[in-house]
Amino acid sequence: MMDVALVDLKKDFPILARPIHGHRLVYLDSAATTQKPQVVIDAEVDFYSQHNANVLRSVHTLAEEATTLFQNARQTVARFVGASRPEEIVFTRGTTESLNLVARGFADKFLKPGDEIVVSPMEHHSNLIPWQQAARRTGANLRFIELDPVGQITLEAARAVIGDKTRIVALSHVSNVLGTVNPIPEIAEMAHAAGAIVVVDGAQSVPHQPINVAQLGADFLAFSGHKMCGPTGIGVLWGRYPLLEESDPVMYGGEMISFVDRETATWADVPEKFEGGTPNIAGAVGLAAAVRYLDDVGMERIHRHTTNLGEQAFDRLHAMSGVSVYGPQRPHSGVLAFNVDQVHPHDVAQVFDSLGVAIRAGHHCAQPLMQWLGVGSTARASFYLYNSDQDIDVLVHAIEETKRYFRR
Amino acid sequence: MNLDDMYRETILDHNQNPRNRGHLENPTKSVGLLNPTCGDEIALDVQLDAGKVSDIRFSGQGCSISMASASMLTEAVKGKSAEEALAIARNFKSFLTGTTEPENLGDLEALHGVSQFPSRVKCATLAHNALEKALDDNQPQT
Ligand SMILES: Cc1ncc(COP(=O)(O)O)c(C=O)c1O
Repeated sequence: MMDVALVDLKKDFPILARPIHGHRLVYLDSAATTQKPQVVIDAEVDFYSQHNANVLRSVHTLAEEATTLFQNARQTVARFVGASRPEEIVFTRGTTESLNLVARGFADKFLKPGDEIVVSPMEHHSNLIPWQQAARRTGANLRFIELDPVGQITLEAARAVIGDKTRIVALSHVSNVLGTVNPIPEIAEMAHAAGAIVVVDGAQSVPHQPINVAQLGADFLAFSGHKMCGPTGIGVLWGRYPLLEESDPVMYGGEMISFVDRETATWADVPEKFEGGTPNIAGAVGLAAAVRYLDDVGMERIHRHTTNLGEQAFDRLHAMSGVSVYGPQRPHSGVLAFNVDQVHPHDVAQVFDSLGVAIRAGHHCAQPLMQWLGVGSTARASFYLYNSDQDIDVLVHAIEETKRYFRR
Repeated sequence: MNLDDMYRETILDHNQNPRNRGHLENPTKSVGLLNPTCGDEIALDVQLDAGKVSDIRFSGQGCSISMASASMLTEAVKGKSAEEALAIARNFKSFLTGTTEPENLGDLEALHGVSQFPSRVKCATLAHNALEKALDDNQPQT
């Protein structure tokens, strides 16, 4: 059953009241970025209109307030993912920067020629290219866990690749195309037994389900604020404290040092050593507001709701003639990639837009996955807490309209 | 918004019944181009005889706009001198950005509606960029 009360939350998101081409906006592109509730918008406005100052430097009142808000945001995020201490939360620009930070700051330091980095063909480019490049720099090799026919990672397939030489296993928790949920805890156990560390791309999972880093078994977890009702330009790298301590900074400059003379410098403690330069303070404050908002709604509820929408949409589209859907039928997260026979995804998205329906079309920054699927690109509908059954009706209707338009 | 402003009959026709689709046996020039934002790709085979585009074929995959545009372009330039063909490709690009009047564009004029959709202009000009690459000796060859 759909959680009707959840859908009432639509009114918390001012943009959802905006008509598009005379239609109600049906926003089905939350995997790209989510819309923002008024409380998040207000938090940024309040920061800039009441507390704005740089952090960690000055002693004046505004600076104290800004610093407190910034560090409180770190605590809020730490609690949200079950970090053992707030210092384990490094603020970045987003998932991409977080993953690059691990590749530069950790992998470059510890990988040796012949070591192996294990990834999968379903990775977003941001969890693939940093590893390709780290492998080039260090002489390590990249290995791929092959997918089963519907696009899932089985433990058997993981076991076939993870072994003595594995140093890093870097996987997405939830695919941004297939809607696959990967068995991270089991794979992490396997990786740890082999002496490897586990890097999880949580861009599509942290916004949608309760996350506890200890239960997940991750050593690093990357995610983006803008995919969880927060602002753009703020994201998180969570890492186990000892691993963050061992990692090198990658961005040198102000606020990340301890002592500097003409020739040398020593680093500040974790996390400041990774946060060179003035951080996105208002972004962190906005992200904390987003986390509080999601917590108030309840992550369990959000998870049930978006999974329910993803699975319903899978079944409805699967039953349509001339439509292909990708990924597993169950469980299927709130991300659904599909194609309409003989209509290119761009054209699908254009017809959708004329009906007020926002979807994504393209390769979704996952070209190796498109190659695996044997398609150039796909359309993708993705759901969040503000979507409803009705939106699936509109999706189905929009597909019918698309077929009619291009088959006349 | 009226979708028909963009998807004119001529465009849908070229998309469904592409002209000059395929490959040439021994093309004088062959150029492939990728639209990295959407992964669409187009390859052009051009046969030049005595400075004339005596034959041309396109292949690849993409949306209706990029495929129709490629099909229309091949029709517009076939039989023209290399200079004329190049001028058509360039005229089309500035026509789409609204800076010039169309000249010898033939069916390509039907793509005018695309100029209202900035994200689709790249689709409409992919084949034209490929042709420029093939014919302009001053451009780096791939
Ligand atoms: C699975 C996954 N990983 C990484 C990213 C990159 O996130 P960002 O662009 O916020 O750095 C995305 C977003 O598109 C994603 O879906």
